[in-house]
Amino acid sequence: MKTWLKIVTIALLLYTIVAGFLFDVPRLNIVNETIRALYFHVPMWFAMVVLFCMSTIHAIQYLRKPSIERDLRSVEFANTGLVLGLLGIFTGMIWANYTWGSPWHGDPKQNGAAIALLVYLAYFVLRGSVENEESRARLSAVYNIFAFAAMIPLIFIIPRMTSSMHPGSGGNPGFNMYDLDSKMRMVFYPAVLGWILLGFWLTSLRIRTRNIEEKIIDFENE
Amino acid sequence: MNKIVLTCIICFTLLTSNILFAQEMTSPEMADVMRSEGKIYVVVAILVIIFAGLIAYVVTLDRKLTRLEKKITDKKG
Repeated sequence: MKTWLKIVTIALLLYTIVAGFLFDVPRLNIVNETIRALYFHVPMWFAMVVLFCMSTIHAIQYLRKPSIERDLRSVEFANTGLVLGLLGIFTGMIWANYTWGSPWHGDPKQNGAAIALLVYLAYFVLRGSVENEESRARLSAVYNIFAFAAMIPLIFIIPRMTSSMHPGSGGNPGFNMYDLDSKMRMVFYPAVLGWILLGFWLTSLRIRTRNIEEKIIDFENE
Repeated sequence: MNKIVLTCIICFTLLTSNILFAQEMTSPEMADVMRSEGKIYVVVAILVIIFAGLIAYVVTLDRKLTRLEKKITDKKG
């Protein structure tokens, strides 16, 4: 990742933290000030979806033209995506506790998100259980495509088809309805971009670590 | 590293200074920004410090990796 992009990442996230707490937000019952959690909880999921998408793209590219590098990128994108997804589910539980009444409400959005994360956890279980490098890469690339195809309906479609308390899902408007003067968007979009970029940065660090590891193994074999 | 820290500080002061000037002064002027608005600025300051710390940690990790990569290419060449 280029240095200027890293600086942009830091600036965007710093802006999110400061503006997210200090700028005006719509005054709503029940949610009160917790509406500000929108700036931090929702970008986790946006970033997770983008990272999982990158992971799947690399998996498809691996299947078209196998190489260790592609497999490595695919795994590491999934890794960072999973971390962000877990942060998303835990922040969601805190938010749910104070607005819905309990941390785990059995809401379709929560259940769907949990199942999607389990599907991705199984991806790592699958990888860990195959010895042979080539078959591990091929199997996990195929599974990766399935995991992405399962995640989208679980998080975005099913909660919209049933009744869900989550804003933006079945029967509930998103916060964009209350954001009449688009003031929240001024913080929300930079936040989403900032967290996506941070996800890419962290992934690039992991990919580089793995590359160094590979090279050291090469040295030892020589 | 120093450049990054400097930009962070500038960014923070620029954002907070706007809010500072907007406040009305009814009682004798004191340095009590941090105690106004339900002390929300304290929370912001804490989060900024945590974020700065984590980013500094990531940046040092990034630099360490760059050093290792250089070492490996030197060894190869």
